[in-house]
Amino acid sequence: MRDRLRQLWLCYRLQLKILLISPFEGFLGIVFPLMFATATLMVYAVNGDEAAMAYAGLGAAVMGVWTSVTVSASTLLNRERFAGTLELLVAAPTPFSMVLMPITTAMATVGLVSVGITLVWNRLVFGVQLQIQNWLLFVLSVLAATVTIAMFGFLLSVVAVRYRTAWALGASLEYPGWLLCGFVVPIALLPVVLHPISYALAPTWAVEAMRIAAAGGNPWNELTVCLALGLGYAAFAAFLGVRLIDSARRNATLALT
Amino acid sequence: MTNTRIFFVGGLMSFRAQFNWLNPWILVPALLVSPVAQILLFAYVGRAAGVGDDQFFLVGNALNYAAIPCMFAMTFAISGERWGQTLGLVLVTPARRLPLFLGRALPVIVTGWCVAVFGLAVGSLLLGVRMGATVWPGLVLAVCVTSLSCTGLGLVMGAACLRVRDGATLGNVVFLLLLVFCGTNVALEDLPSWMAAVGERLPLTHGIEAARQLASGATLGSVSDLLVRELAIGLGYAALGLATLGWMERDSRRRATLERM
Repeated sequence: MRDRLRQLWLCYRLQLKILLISPFEGFLGIVFPLMFATATLMVYAVNGDEAAMAYAGLGAAVMGVWTSVTVSASTLLNRERFAGTLELLVAAPTPFSMVLMPITTAMATVGLVSVGITLVWNRLVFGVQLQIQNWLLFVLSVLAATVTIAMFGFLLSVVAVRYRTAWALGASLEYPGWLLCGFVVPIALLPVVLHPISYALAPTWAVEAMRIAAAGGNPWNELTVCLALGLGYAAFAAFLGVRLIDSARRNATLALT
Repeated sequence: MTNTRIFFVGGLMSFRAQFNWLNPWILVPALLVSPVAQILLFAYVGRAAGVGDDQFFLVGNALNYAAIPCMFAMTFAISGERWGQTLGLVLVTPARRLPLFLGRALPVIVTGWCVAVFGLAVGSLLLGVRMGATVWPGLVLAVCVTSLSCTGLGLVMGAACLRVRDGATLGNVVFLLLLVFCGTNVALEDLPSWMAAVGERLPLTHGIEAARQLASGATLGSVSDLLVRELAIGLGYAALGLATLGWMERDSRRRATLERM
């Protein structure tokens, strides 16, 4: 147990260092969603509706976590592949899922930094005041969003293991995620046919929990669904990961060369 | 003849190489899904905020996304050559630089045009925006002019990539500036004056304005001044880009920084 925790921590710390000095995944992972949050709030600011601004400002803060994870996680294995380390990771006695999970958690941590920066930016540039009635549950909801998006990234990285141009897949998930998870637009406004997809995404519940906590309500139901979905992603990714990696080894297609 | 061959064949080969095209499916998520998703995102933000109408966001974001291939492909044309260790070989050839680099720009302009028109067509279907058949020719022309002007900016960025190592980050930052400053989602008159002043000097701004007026039924003649201004700005950036490319090339040779990764 102690060895496992040490491995997870070391892997997380190393990846976080790599991400934070990467201009694309560190700097841009924060600036890109921040500018989209800015564009969104500029639209809301035209009518100057403070309640709507506060609603959008809160959700916009989580956009960065989604971006950091989906864009980076889809290319995670390709990055290892290009670095020539994918075979080493697969051959290591450590279960592959235990290698991927701390990496996607590190990505989500970069997103967590962007949550703080976006909230400060919204306050300074747009005057959006963060009024939180229950800070404990609010912070818990933000952490739930971070962890479950990391698990979604884990699933994404496994699914994209045989996809050579996975970067394009990750980039194309960015906007649909922002829309479907209700970060800046109420889900009720979306076509009904999209609602099941929204509710199958854990961040939808996390953002809802954040808003309920901010308003002083009880977000435990939303948090429970969110965490259950996150666990589901992780279990499915672990199940799929073993099979996909086995298949890649059996067919000698891991390198995709 | 040699210049024509460099322009067309060289440009096409460079364009294909930079996407690592093993098959054209790479285009689907990168250049077809994302623009439609961006249009939908801001159209729904507009609905939630009670600002503008679907057509406003459809036109603004479809044209904004034309900037992506135009800027990135030019950026990657340079940094891709460096990554493939062929930049030195390309620049050591006696080929004239004008067809060499403009040839790389042509397929990019066509791609940007296709992306924007695809976004307009699919976005209007999904959002239920009805634009008469008479509107489309003018709209397509506006898209074409905007793609051209964004490619001019792409040339400047391509030149910068002779020095800047991370072209993808640079491209994204410029794309974000265009998103916020060019009236893509907020009309220029609703932006703070300093932002509007910056937007006036960037490609895209006048193209979007012209396309919005055309989509609302204006005649081509009534928006010709906007389109001419858009074209002039694009040509200005293209001239700056070509001049910078020449300067950066000479400077890179002098400092031996061409292959620096």
